[in-house]
Amino acid sequence: MSDLTLETSVAKVPEAAPRSPPASQIGLVGWLRTNLFSSWLNSAVTLLVAYLVIRWLIGFVEWGIVNAVWSVPNNQTQACRDLKGIGACWAVVTEKHRFILFGTYPYEEHWRPALCILLFVGLYVVSAMRRFWRKELALVWIAVLAAIGVLMWGGVLGLSYVPQERWGGLVITLILATFGLAFAFPLAILVALGRRSRLPAIKAICVLYVELIRGVPLISLLFMASVMFPLFLPEGMNIDKLLRAQIAIILFAGAYLAEVVRGGLQALSKGQYEAADALGLSYWKKTGLIILPQALRLVIPPLVNTFIGFFKDTSLVLIIGIFDLLTAGKTAIIEPAWQGFGVEVYLTVGAIYFVFCFAMSKYSQRLEAEFNRHRRR
Amino acid sequence: MSETLEHIASAARADAPPAIVLDKVNKWFGTMHVLRDVSLNVATGERVVICGPSGSGKSTTIRCINRLESHQEGRILVNGIELTDDVKALDDIRREVGMVFQSFNLFPHLTILENCTLAPIWVRRMPKKEAEALAMDYLTRVRIPEQAKKYPGQLSGGQQQRVAIARALCMKPKIMLFDEPTSALDPEMIKEVLDTMVGLAETGMTMICVTHEMGFARKVADRVVFMDRGEVVEMGTPAQVFENPQTERLKTFLSQILRGH
Ligand SMILES: Nc1ncnc2c1ncn2[C@@H]1O[C@H](COP(=O)(O)OP(=O)(O)OP(=O)(O)O)[C@@H](O)[C@H]1O
Ligand SMILES: [Mg+2]
Repeated sequence: MSDLTLETSVAKVPEAAPRSPPASQIGLVGWLRTNLFSSWLNSAVTLLVAYLVIRWLIGFVEWGIVNAVWSVPNNQTQACRDLKGIGACWAVVTEKHRFILFGTYPYEEHWRPALCILLFVGLYVVSAMRRFWRKELALVWIAVLAAIGVLMWGGVLGLSYVPQERWGGLVITLILATFGLAFAFPLAILVALGRRSRLPAIKAICVLYVELIRGVPLISLLFMASVMFPLFLPEGMNIDKLLRAQIAIILFAGAYLAEVVRGGLQALSKGQYEAADALGLSYWKKTGLIILPQALRLVIPPLVNTFIGFFKDTSLVLIIGIFDLLTAGKTAIIEPAWQGFGVEVYLTVGAIYFVFCFAMSKYSQRLEAEFNRHRRR
Repeated sequence: MSETLEHIASAARADAPPAIVLDKVNKWFGTMHVLRDVSLNVATGERVVICGPSGSGKSTTIRCINRLESHQEGRILVNGIELTDDVKALDDIRREVGMVFQSFNLFPHLTILENCTLAPIWVRRMPKKEAEALAMDYLTRVRIPEQAKKYPGQLSGGQQQRVAIARALCMKPKIMLFDEPTSALDPEMIKEVLDTMVGLAETGMTMICVTHEMGFARKVADRVVFMDRGEVVEMGTPAQVFENPQTERLKTFLSQILRGH
């Protein structure tokens, strides 16, 4: 009996067309309802927070845009001083932007560090595109980094020589971060592999390196590099201060990144190693083709986290007198006429850091999604 | 009738040099003695099935043959080459010996095709085009050529295991080792993998296979080896071992797996 009804109903009813979910659950209204106004308390909190955010935004727009002073004639900061607390004095940024970006680099040669910054950004963009991930990319890196060195120092090709002491600003931050990570990352991979080596000597060296470096703050490492290291050098020999700081940063970042990479290596199953062995792959082929590609994918989030951390940590070089972006910003407002406009300068410097770090973060998310597209897990 | 045929076949094979010789092999994990005087000769073209209770040392035995584990006493010869710490000899041996694992162990970051061409390209130095043609040929033989562009994570267990077999075959090994290739699979997928292995056995490949699939053993095995507690306890044709067990241990084991099935 029931069978019969079932059969007929099946025969009669056409296949149900897919329906969209109830309107109250989709779209903006649905989202608002479920996320912001699901209960009385929730609604009250939403309204309160919205009120505070809007008040703050209005205040910020008034200060930062409506009442702001964008430029002043030859260091006459009186207009700014009159508006202190009411309007922002972006004039300080307009006036000092060259100093913030290029430090004390000779004014008429500013195109050189500017071009370096563009080269750096171009290098990042090209390296970020997977279709360029080939062996030739390493050559591109070497070429671009060499070109940057030539541009900054000069002394050849009709470029005037600019000693390192006069470099400064954003370009220093990019140099420290890019060279730092470009060398620290391969170092980290070797150290991470070394820590898992079966040879006790290699393992011990890697463990010692990681533990020693991780045990001291970056600041003290930088101090050592700038103050103590020259004491042990033979008289007359002098290694560039920037280079010393750069080496300290590479060693420091290397130790941290090594631990991140090691985490990825440990997450791989023994079966992957065995399958590679059973196919007859040598150690380096196994590592390069099977182990590292998987291990590094697994650790993209902590890896980028560390990258971002180090990008910002390069600002610590200010304590040994290297003129990076942050130091340049700080120095820009020492001049009596511009004293007291720190907020504007720091906001600008902060925004520059943010652009780079946010780009890294977004890129890593996209990369991760791309890599995980084919995986069910 | 078939008995005599089999006899003639194995006699003919006996003339060829043995593919694998294990001579009084002993192995310890720490203080645990997991292989005790294991001796086994496998002729070229012979199909051997190893069975035995869990922990009896079956996996360890075949993993010693391509030195995923190293033995501590005794000798192992593969195609006449002795397994020692000599890296060169090991490379030569691993090139000739394919292995299929219980858990497939495909490389999840590579496509099916890349999984298959990796070793031919990087170990045998085969041109890419040639390696791809070879891989497609083997993928067709295991009946999944249409999956070549997918990633392992997108395939069913049975399909993955067939890819793993194809991947091993792409190195054109002379010997294939299987470590419980079907025990991680759902029942409906076991057959597709076993069929592939039967097809492979028919090509005359030397095979050592750890499995509890009695049907498979009867169909393809020239010899069944029963291991227990690190020892080879009994050895013989499938008929001898399954129909006419000599020892108490084998009888117990057989009654257990029969009950299990
Ligand atoms: N890497 C290892 N370290 C320590 N002990 C091990 C290791 N691998 C295996 N063993 C031990 O060696 C013995 C034999 O293991 P083996 O894997 O060869 O058994 P098996 O016959 O394959 O069993 P199963 O049917 O469960 O796969 C077991 O007691 C196991 O616990
Ligand atoms: Mg086993």
